[in-house]
Amino acid sequence: MSITEDEARKVAHLARIAVEDEALPALARELSGILQFMEQLGEVDVEGVEPMTGVIPMRLKRREDAVTTGGMPEKILSNAPDAREGFFAVPKVVE
Amino acid sequence: MSDLNKLTITEARDALAKGDVTSVELTEACLGAIEGAGALNAFVHGTPDKARAMAAAADQRIKDGQASAMTGIPVGIKDVFCVQGVPSQAASKILDGFVPEYESTVTQNLWNAGAVMLGKLNQDEFAMGSTNEASCYGPAVNPWQGADGQKLTPGGSSGGSAAAVAADLCLGATGTDTGGSIRQPAAFTGTVGLRPTYGRVSRWGVIAYASSLDQAGPMTKTVRDAAIMLGAMASVDPQDSTSADLPVPDYESLLTGDIRGKKIGIPREYRIDGMPDDIAALWDKGADMLRDAGAEIVDISLPHTKYALPAYYVIAPAEASSNLARYDGVRYGRRAKLGQGDGIVEMYEKTRAEGFGPEVQRRIMIGTYVLSAGFYDAYYNRARKVRTLIKRDFENAYADGIDAILAPTTPSPAFALGAMDQADPVQMYLQDVFTVTLNLAGLPGISVPVGQDKSGLPLGLQLIGRPFEEGDLLNQALVLEKAAGFVAKPERWW
Repeated sequence: MSITEDEARKVAHLARIAVEDEALPALARELSGILQFMEQLGEVDVEGVEPMTGVIPMRLKRREDAVTTGGMPEKILSNAPDAREGFFAVPKVVE
Repeated sequence: MSDLNKLTITEARDALAKGDVTSVELTEACLGAIEGAGALNAFVHGTPDKARAMAAAADQRIKDGQASAMTGIPVGIKDVFCVQGVPSQAASKILDGFVPEYESTVTQNLWNAGAVMLGKLNQDEFAMGSTNEASCYGPAVNPWQGADGQKLTPGGSSGGSAAAVAADLCLGATGTDTGGSIRQPAAFTGTVGLRPTYGRVSRWGVIAYASSLDQAGPMTKTVRDAAIMLGAMASVDPQDSTSADLPVPDYESLLTGDIRGKKIGIPREYRIDGMPDDIAALWDKGADMLRDAGAEIVDISLPHTKYALPAYYVIAPAEASSNLARYDGVRYGRRAKLGQGDGIVEMYEKTRAEGFGPEVQRRIMIGTYVLSAGFYDAYYNRARKVRTLIKRDFENAYADGIDAILAPTTPSPAFALGAMDQADPVQMYLQDVFTVTLNLAGLPGISVPVGQDKSGLPLGLQLIGRPFEEGDLLNQALVLEKAAGFVAKPERWW
């Protein structure tokens, strides 16, 4: 399976990573190479095999549905590149 | 006492208990060694003030008779662990300036035990890599040199941890292992690296790469040290929903040195084409050592071994693409400078393009691709089914009475920095060929230095154990360590 430049552009966009047009051919080649390596998986007979969801058999832990922490907006915002008046600030989203 | 930084954790603990040395003295020795080791680029954020304060507190605790085995022991922490108030950026530009407001469970456990924090250690960005070259800080350098003073990789992703332990900059270090990132660097630097069973050590506060595979563990100078340090790192943690509800045993007390009657499997599928003679010979030698100690050596088959790497390179990037979606330039870390009229999508795309390095971008995109509509079944689901089969291979071996499996840790000794620059990504991924299987199966594994190649570089063997039987595994590793008698140290050039 090989990836076209258009598919590479689409994957980059889905991943929200800006890729210049000039870089697309090399990206497509690289991704194709890796996918080709993965093609080997096609040789394995997986008929009737369950896909693994968790490597250690255990029941997911549950806890009481209650607030356990909070009340620290300054700490939450302390690492934000742009925070104003107790909010994360982002470029305009809605016109 | 001189050269206190060269002590093992065990020696330091005993000296502290006898009052022959103080934690302040140990800590100063390590800080001095770090100061003189800039050329190794192992420590990337030093915390000397914190270290001195913690050492003084540890000395008081020892005086008060409240010490545990790790009290007063100076350690290094891989950058991937969040430490409150200390830059923690997993060697990524996208986390430039990130200073956590909270503490990872592993580091909290170490501080509760009285360990002393020397600083943060270099690694590959988001723990993705096998050479430590994918780091925003530049590569860590192996204290072992190649011919003519050639600079070698310490391996990756926990390259800074391995280099620091091998060069005696700290007594032990934390690492994380998603596909071999503790064991491969340990093998490249003549140190011991233990990856515990999935769920033994909490992932809370460890910056995530691939959550179903990530596991933190100790990197130390000896097997006994690994037992002591694992005991302090491991816990049952309500903050991590995959933390196993099993009490943490006293691993050191399980080190009897007696492995008589144990069955050690030699998996025939690991004898790959092109394996260097040195490594094949070392493997045979390791089997002889265990046999001489009374273990039974058994030829076994793990038939799906060949498919572990391709399965890993579907599953790990898939999980990474989800985990790393959080780096959006909004809540923490870096945000790209935006142009006139740029909206939120441009902000995401520019921030991620300049914040992530090439290998991380590659894995995010591969992960995005294998999870996208139309390919999910063909790649991701198929890889998860193959993973089930790989785990079943191990279960079958253990059901047949095998206690542990012996294999080489890496397909080569440490190689030159830059050697992989022109290689395609798959060449680099082949570094993980012996290590990645047990991550897929969730099993514990330990790399022990057993010999040297023709040019004197360290070589490691790994033992793979039964789930949650780290005590047995460490005991087998101890026997291997003792029989190998590996004492070589890198000659100081830095």
